[in-house]
Amino acid sequence: MKCRKCGGKASINMRQHRLALCKEHYLEWIPEQTERFIKKYRMFTKDEKILVAVSGGKDSLALWDILTRLGYQADGLYLALGIDGGIDYSDESHRLTEEFAQANNLKLHVVNMEQEYGYSIPTLSQVSHRGHGKPCAVCGLAKRHEMNRIARDLGYDVLATGHNLDDEAAVLFGNTLHWSAEYLLRQGPVLPESDGLARKVKPLCRFYEREMTAYAIARGIEYIYDECPFAEGSQQIFYKEALNQLETARPGSKLTFYTRFLEARQSGNLFIEKDIEHAHLHPCPQCGQPTSTPDLCSFCRMVEKAKTG
Amino acid sequence: MTAKLILRKKEYEVKSGMSLLDALKKSNIVPESVIATRDGELITDDEILKDGDVIKLIAVISGGAG
Repeated sequence: MKCRKCGGKASINMRQHRLALCKEHYLEWIPEQTERFIKKYRMFTKDEKILVAVSGGKDSLALWDILTRLGYQADGLYLALGIDGGIDYSDESHRLTEEFAQANNLKLHVVNMEQEYGYSIPTLSQVSHRGHGKPCAVCGLAKRHEMNRIARDLGYDVLATGHNLDDEAAVLFGNTLHWSAEYLLRQGPVLPESDGLARKVKPLCRFYEREMTAYAIARGIEYIYDECPFAEGSQQIFYKEALNQLETARPGSKLTFYTRFLEARQSGNLFIEKDIEHAHLHPCPQCGQPTSTPDLCSFCRMVEKAKTG
Repeated sequence: MTAKLILRKKEYEVKSGMSLLDALKKSNIVPESVIATRDGELITDDEILKDGDVIKLIAVISGGAG
């Protein structure tokens, strides 16, 4: 397979875009596309101060790398959650984040949950009896709270997270399965600033998880490869796997699922019940059946078209 | 005449001469869920596997870090 830009050997093939690129052109393409999405969704400008939530994972470190390369003022925030799981999970992700910041001469803020509040996330989960024995709900809540607090306290204009399209599609899938209308109406690449809440943006929301992994590898970013020990068997991972099965059989399914949702939400028509009784129906001049299309109904139009070849 | 796929700590032996995509499918690995490298370089899944090839697969799915 050849790179579409230079004809050299391709390093990645993105079936949903029918685009194969070599390493060099892929490393150019990802930041270019990120810039395009930042502008398309009006996330932030070069004059604004961005706080990037970095976890030591591939997505957030790649995001920090890309924003810095694009010339944005992006500092990092690492939340030390105190998760061990037998693999020093938090310590290792902290180490990798610190190393990335130092190697690239970037400013990193660190909040240690245990030092700040007296509890690591797993302990807080136990003592607060939230989350049915798993700390994921407490972790999500604490992260959202702390990211917002630091962004506001330190005067950042916007908080950026490394959510990729697979993350977004999995959330969308879950919310659709449960028809959680309120959550569906809130999901998007930008959550505008409101009273007490910093603006939140997801500049990587149009990239597949696979593409971000490829970017991190091609760029030589060392990230924490192990999953969070508590993530095993999680619903989000189950949804991601299901969507990847679908994507393998029907390339572009995840992208279409997410982008069509965004279009529907933006159009304002998501969940607005149409007044079916008073829809503008008129009898088809040919068959007499009610139709909303101008002139002939769709069936008669099809038959007419077939007759005329 | 075999090649080897390695995903996390698991190894899969496949016949050489087939494409990486076919090898992934035969090993019941969802192609969308991995990135493949050979000698540290990214490769696409139309690559024909050669005898003795060792392909390191990197799982792409993550669920939270910190």
